Amino acid sequence: MSENLNRRKFLSIATSVTSAVGGIFALGAFVSTFQPSKKAKALGASIKVNLSKLEPGSIIKVIYRGKPIWVLRRTEQMINELDNENINLRDPESDLSIQPDFAKNKFRSKNPEFFVVEGVCTHLGCAPIEKFAIAPADMGPDWKGGFYCPCHGSKFDLSGRVYAGVPAPSNLRVPAHNFIDQTTLQVGENS
Amino acid sequence: MAKKTESIFTNPFLRWIDERFPLSSLIKDHATEYYASKNFNIWYLFGVLSMVVLIIMLITGFFLTMNYKPSADDAFDSVEYIMRSVENGWLIRYMHSTGASFFFIVIYLHMFRAMLYGSYKKPRELIWVLGMLLYFCLMAEAFFGYLLPWGNMSYWAGQVIVNLFGYIPFVGDTLTEWIRGDYFISDITLNRFFAFHVIFLPLAIIGLVAAHILALHHVGSNNPDGIEIKKNLDETGKPVDGVAFHPFHTSKDLVGITVFLIIYFAAVFFAPEMGGYFLEVDNFEPADPLKTPEHIVPSWYFTPYYAILRAVPNAALGALFLVLAVLLFVFLPWLDKCEVKSIRYRGWQYKFALTMFAISFIALGYLGLQPATGIYVFLARFFTITYFAFFLLMPFYTKFENTKAIPERVVYKKNES
Repeated sequence: MSENLNRRKFLSIATSVTSAVGGIFALGAFVSTFQPSKKAKALGASIKVNLSKLEPGSIIKVIYRGKPIWVLRRTEQMINELDNENINLRDPESDLSIQPDFAKNKFRSKNPEFFVVEGVCTHLGCAPIEKFAIAPADMGPDWKGGFYCPCHGSKFDLSGRVYAGVPAPSNLRVPAHNFIDQTTLQVGENS
Repeated sequence: MAKKTESIFTNPFLRWIDERFPLSSLIKDHATEYYASKNFNIWYLFGVLSMVVLIIMLITGFFLTMNYKPSADDAFDSVEYIMRSVENGWLIRYMHSTGASFFFIVIYLHMFRAMLYGSYKKPRELIWVLGMLLYFCLMAEAFFGYLLPWGNMSYWAGQVIVNLFGYIPFVGDTLTEWIRGDYFISDITLNRFFAFHVIFLPLAIIGLVAAHILALHHVGSNNPDGIEIKKNLDETGKPVDGVAFHPFHTSKDLVGITVFLIIYFAAVFFAPEMGGYFLEVDNFEPADPLKTPEHIVPSWYFTPYYAILRAVPNAALGALFLVLAVLLFVFLPWLDKCEVKSIRYRGWQYKFALTMFAISFIALGYLGLQPATGIYVFLARFFTITYFAFFLLMPFYTKFENTKAIPERVVYKKNES
């Protein structure tokens, strides 16, 4: 009698445990459907950008994961300009801003010549516009070249560093990126 | 075997049914022989009103899915198509969008009723917990539904809320990717939010409502005096202070439902946007991942929690406080140490605390709509503290309350005319 009960108890537990294991595997299949699909992964994979035709002083724009990415090839003059300290910046050392570690410098890039940045204003996500000329009439005599957000007047230097006294709280974001060779940029991965 | 209930019908067809389905016993148990206190006041309307809104939402939602397309390319246009081309589509859609706001209005009042009269206390803790699960499902339902029109505010509010999960240590980024199914809010995200909104959550809500009501009818309804009417039975075993749910409470509820529908349809017909509170101006622009609205504000029913999120200087801690602010409600039955249920007989301590809580909740709701600057931040911090104090200090201030004597019978004035 009691042997029978023990046997029954054992079988009940064994059945429950086996079903639970099966249930967890089944659940895993359903949970995994939520991950980015192969298509989403392919569309969101790192992209390669050919920079061989990019002239000094010009900029190209690509879309990566729904965001515009800009690549600026700086001229000698631009690099020299950034070398001088600008006292009007809010976060000159990029302490409050987002960038890969190798870009936490005044050029906010590994190679001062190529500057890769997300073209999204850190205030409310508008698209800033290029103002590369030195001291143009509309930007005033102190302007050393940079980016200007037309929505609420935020100003950034040629390294995407935000000026003090404008609405944007931090420097433009530098995305993960690396150079595969001299002229091929990869956006989305740091190495 | 369940005891056979005598059929209440004389009609031969209904008697035929009764022999094969427990129709009579269901009607008796939940309507004609379910006794609820005779001194219910206006606060006791909001349960039945939330049921009315649920039915409106289920029906209008069902009709909206017939013309809505859950894809990033089509969603915004299909909503405009419903508004302009579908016969009476505007009416169905406005009933649904206005219904969302009214759902929260009646639910918040329904919850406040429970806090006024101690309806969450023993033996009704489980009713309260089931009700809170319903509230969480309702919030999720509203959040998922809010993305569907694919307006710019939908998009960015969705972005902000999903990003909150990113603050969870270690798994945050993986989790947000898992929720979105993509690296930003995209067509894939919209499609799955639609599935949650129209299948999973409505089913969960219907199931929970059934459990909520079954549990209520098992222990019996509370009343404004917080007395257990089952303790006072007459010679036939009915509570002396109770009257049958049907026809007495149902006919009274019908008046409340009529008044509610007048107010609700006044909003549907004359103010479906409610000055930007029910439908936000930025949402009349299609979703644009490259352009953020000037001020990202959630719908008004979430703004108290949004104010708490922004009041905390650290973003991750803010997210934690937001979750706590919602979750703490669940523990009310165990945080409240006072034996007396109804506010009528409770001490000044709880009366003061509940008043402060109500003020804090409304003030936070207002502050959540304002920009997070200057005096607004200071006030949001102040009311965040008073909000949490209500819950966290409750075991202390309810333990030594100066309560009044509870009467033997419910307080009830007979209509003499």
